[in-house]
Amino acid sequence: MLNVRNLAVSFQTRRGQVDAVRGISFDLAKGEILGIVGESGSGKSVTSYALMRILDAGGVIRAGEASYSGTDLRRASERNMRDIRGREISMIFQNPRAALNPIRKVGHQIEDVLRQHGRATRQDARTKAIAALEAVRIKDAAARYDAYPFELSGGMCQRIVCAIALACDPKLLIADEPTTGLDITTQKAVMDLVRDLIRDRGMSSILITHDLGLAAQYCDRIMVMKDGQIVEQGDPVQIFSDPQHAYSRKLVDATPREGESIRSLLPPEERKALIPHKVHPRPLLEVTDLVKTYQGKSGPVHAVRGISFRIDQGQSVGLVGESGCGKSTTSEILVRLLDPTSGTILFDGQDIAGIPAQRFVKDPRRADIQMVFQDATDSLNPRHSARQTIAEPLRRLGGMGGSALAARIEELAALVGLPLPLLDRFPHQLSGGQKARVGIARAVALNPRFLILDEPTAALDVSIQAVVLNLLVDLRAKLGLSYLFVSHDLHVVRLLCDHVLVMKDGAIVEEGPAHRVMSEPTHPYTRELLAAAPKPPARRIAAA
Amino acid sequence: MTDMPAPAKSANARQSGSFEHLVYVLRANPVTLLAFGLFAFLIFCALFGPSVVPYDPLETNAAKALQPPSMEHWFGTDQIGRDVFSRVIVATRLDLSISVAAVALSFVVGSILGAIAGYWGGWLDIILNRFLDTIMAFPLFVLAMGIVAALGNTIENIIYATAIINMPFYARLVRAEVNIRRDAGFARAAKLSGNSDLRVLALHIFPNALPPMMVQVSLNLGWAILNAAGLSFIGLGVRPPTPEWGIMVAEGANFIVSGEWWLAVFPGLWLMIAVFTFNLLGDGLRDIVDPRKRT
Repeated sequence: MLNVRNLAVSFQTRRGQVDAVRGISFDLAKGEILGIVGESGSGKSVTSYALMRILDAGGVIRAGEASYSGTDLRRASERNMRDIRGREISMIFQNPRAALNPIRKVGHQIEDVLRQHGRATRQDARTKAIAALEAVRIKDAAARYDAYPFELSGGMCQRIVCAIALACDPKLLIADEPTTGLDITTQKAVMDLVRDLIRDRGMSSILITHDLGLAAQYCDRIMVMKDGQIVEQGDPVQIFSDPQHAYSRKLVDATPREGESIRSLLPPEERKALIPHKVHPRPLLEVTDLVKTYQGKSGPVHAVRGISFRIDQGQSVGLVGESGCGKSTTSEILVRLLDPTSGTILFDGQDIAGIPAQRFVKDPRRADIQMVFQDATDSLNPRHSARQTIAEPLRRLGGMGGSALAARIEELAALVGLPLPLLDRFPHQLSGGQKARVGIARAVALNPRFLILDEPTAALDVSIQAVVLNLLVDLRAKLGLSYLFVSHDLHVVRLLCDHVLVMKDGAIVEEGPAHRVMSEPTHPYTRELLAAAPKPPARRIAAA
Repeated sequence: MTDMPAPAKSANARQSGSFEHLVYVLRANPVTLLAFGLFAFLIFCALFGPSVVPYDPLETNAAKALQPPSMEHWFGTDQIGRDVFSRVIVATRLDLSISVAAVALSFVVGSILGAIAGYWGGWLDIILNRFLDTIMAFPLFVLAMGIVAALGNTIENIIYATAIINMPFYARLVRAEVNIRRDAGFARAAKLSGNSDLRVLALHIFPNALPPMMVQVSLNLGWAILNAAGLSFIGLGVRPPTPEWGIMVAEGANFIVSGEWWLAVFPGLWLMIAVFTFNLLGDGLRDIVDPRKRT
């Protein structure tokens, strides 16, 4: 159905030509779901853009052939391409909110596509659009027809995007990271829906993702891409159980799975012995009846509804929940950037909830409680070099300066594995993993006792995530830190934490030792979370 | 900029980095280079104008009144025999000082007000916004005329009037730029590092608003010159015989009908070059202060 031969795409940039895709070949059969897996910069998205001929300015197909049911996609005229897009091949983009026009009703956006391709007339467009909404299992479709994208949740928006993509019954659906940024239960719902629709209509599909586990669960065949080349392709189970290429092996290793330890995420040659961390049964942090209520336009919004828990010295506690469950609000309160409505936070036996966040800046305990932020890019000042960023807490709270400061910065850089020459670079000159290291170095600069990790690996590739998680484990043992690890991913939390709190709608619904919660969840919500996580096939051989 | 452990050395490296960056920006964009060339010329005129011009700009010579441009008097002479070229060059200092002072004043006041409104929000933000709306509701030039007429006909008052009518643009720009970064990760991280709200605002958030501000500053410098010249043109502010582009155009306008075009055209041309320069300068300045352009 789709044949690609030696496709090469390059971009013309300020620093010369960049080869994004370097000669890839693959075929897609009718009814097949092909997964293209790779990390950022591997050329997986560019491949799909090239097939649709929607490359950004400066991008050209250098060489190769791509044909779809006999049509030469490389040479087809723009007019023909416009017919093919939507009717024959359609696409689901990464960010559903960005893919929808924010000021048009979603129903009208579906009508646009239908009428563009002559599938509906002015008279029956509305009925057909509502039918398309029903096809993607949107309840009360007639009412949703009049909704604007901002009134809908992320998962709902992605369903609308699916409805638009499938409205004209295309034969091939390209889904580019369709569930990135969605909650894990929403991800499962959307992916199940997409798979069912594809199967029902006998369509083919290309699923582009960075998540090998997700691809393995939903695809018939997987292609692993790296630096614009296909390094391996084959059956998902076979790739998981016996990856041939070193890079696919690294990816398979780095994908968190049941029954693996944190070191096994790293390539075998980098697995150092794990230094055990000590947990003292003395409470470091005791939270009692913490409540945060916002005054919303339509009455009070209860972000946190009276939660209580305790963290012992040296203990790592995981706080798991989906977006909107109050986990970020909780961590902001604990790190004293936000004042709770009521409740106490005993740190070392003394209440810190009563000190207003504005005055806590001057509190001597400021240095003891630090945080690693979710988005490393957003958390670094674009105008400060890595050195200035790490120096900030040392100067302000540590009162350091001169050569002592310079020595401490270099010590920290070595601790988090940041090469010294990179210290004088600005954030935009660093990679995602390097930015994460700078953020961690800044957080541990003053030897805090309690560190809140707010999804520190959410924006990172899996192989970088593996390295950063291992770095965090090593730091915990070396510096005797206590962690509160905030995440939506139970599998990642399990690797790092002793104890897990599961949060839903502002309340803790389940807590207990990590292994217990994972193996015998008692609350239905925990079970739902665990069931929604992609389950990659196990590795056949346990690499010694 | 590689392996330099000593802080002093790396500071040096950063300095040379900025210089290289300046060279890079100028080389990458010929328009910026042209703008910087013209800007350097204007600065040179402002600094050394009075000492390099061939004639005293105030010296009259009835015998040589209304002479057309020649080798002796490049831009000709005016109705009382003063050298137009000397007057145009000498006027640069006054016109530039008025615009720079006015823009500096509105930059500082607008930044402070806008940053406060954008960071703390609430009723402060509401009051400030209504206040700015009120200023902007007036036709700005008429407002400037009113201010100068009310306060008195002096150069300082031209500066104040120009600053007041420009201030809302800065305040709004800064407010928007600060507001979107108020809850950014790096601002929260700065608080965790022990910075008070004021320090976070002044040292972490505000500098990030500089690149778009630079474009505004540059455009505004051109505007401010036009504004000052306009006020002088209608007889407010600078008074004859002080050399100033606006008055010179105003005085020369009377002679255009009788064919002595050079009296109005040359100061007008200079005015145009100055405004043109500042308009072009904006993009270049933004590229220079934006670290993301540094690769």
